[in-house]
Amino acid sequence: MANPMRIRALQKGDITAVTVIAAHPMETGLRKDAQTGKLVPAHFIQSLTVDVGGKRVVESHVNTAVSANPVFNFKLKGAKAGDKVVVSWVDNTGDKRTDEAAVAAG
Amino acid sequence: MKIMTRTVLLAAVSALGAATSAWSQEDPAAEIERYREMLGDGNPAELYEMAGEAMWAAPRGPKNASLERCDLGLGAGVVKGAYATLPRYFADTGKVEDLESRLLTCMITLQGFPRADLVKRPFGAGSYKSDMEALVAYVVGQSKGMAMNVPMEHPQEKAAFALGKQLFMYRAGPYDFSCATCHSENGRRIRMQDLPNLTTSIGSRRAYTSWPAYRVSQSEFRSFQWRLNDCFRQQRFPEPVYASESTIALTSFLAYMANGATYQGPGIKR
Repeated sequence: MANPMRIRALQKGDITAVTVIAAHPMETGLRKDAQTGKLVPAHFIQSLTVDVGGKRVVESHVNTAVSANPVFNFKLKGAKAGDKVVVSWVDNTGDKRTDEAAVAAG
Repeated sequence: MKIMTRTVLLAAVSALGAATSAWSQEDPAAEIERYREMLGDGNPAELYEMAGEAMWAAPRGPKNASLERCDLGLGAGVVKGAYATLPRYFADTGKVEDLESRLLTCMITLQGFPRADLVKRPFGAGSYKSDMEALVAYVVGQSKGMAMNVPMEHPQEKAAFALGKQLFMYRAGPYDFSCATCHSENGRRIRMQDLPNLTTSIGSRRAYTSWPAYRVSQSEFRSFQWRLNDCFRQQRFPEPVYASESTIALTSFLAYMANGATYQGPGIKR
């Protein structure tokens, strides 16, 4: 089962800065296990979406070029303190995770 | 609602790849500093802090007890600021203990875990996650922004400091290395990594207050005992027993040298 994400959203003036840290191994499928010599199966986040205040603001395709425990940063206009930030990801094995946080006043 | 800059900045590492090509490479140290700043923007150590916080409060082990009554030196259950005062002498065990040996003590006495099980695999690797590293992340995070204030009054604390200093200078192994071989001169580096001069207060403060840390190249959070173990490995010394007297003594030496500095951890490293 997937572990929770860390979500931070901070309102500064009219800009909302959002940071999402996801707990995920992001295996490419190309790495070999040091002990067994066998390929470690691919296991990575494929899509990530962010909704702020009920509106979809990010829809992204993610692939194996992204590191383990990835950090996503972005800024947006039009949100306000107290708005709900909902982040969801789905990986290539079908595993998924959704977490939420509120925009904090900066 | 308008997305302003890049919609999604992918992992910090991929952002760096795009950025370095545009910059001049005049000063490698300044470039490395920029890299560290970019990495520090989102530190996955926070994931370990979250896991550790839940683990601290959860009833675990044969005695089905939580660690909420664990005394890290500031009283039972006080986590805030505890790491900035460790290692220190503990009257109940009659020993100087660092954070990790103290957590072992609590996990043995309060939760009833057998010591042998706890020290078998203290460091995470691949899909194996270490409980100890998560707990360490949580506890050190509760000292962020506080001044290092390691006590040096009890004779045993003084003895641990002296032993740590001696070990730091002790040359041995097939390479005839000591910690001081790499860490007692200003301006040295190994490949692209600056090596702090740990015999000076300024070097020690900077190094000690940025550990434990998330290691990007290993996708793992690393404790201070791990840091020392890996230094022993690089010197081709025998691997120390987890939370041994020697690694605690070295920690005492380095922590006391960092006294007065603001603790910055959990850090993030390449």
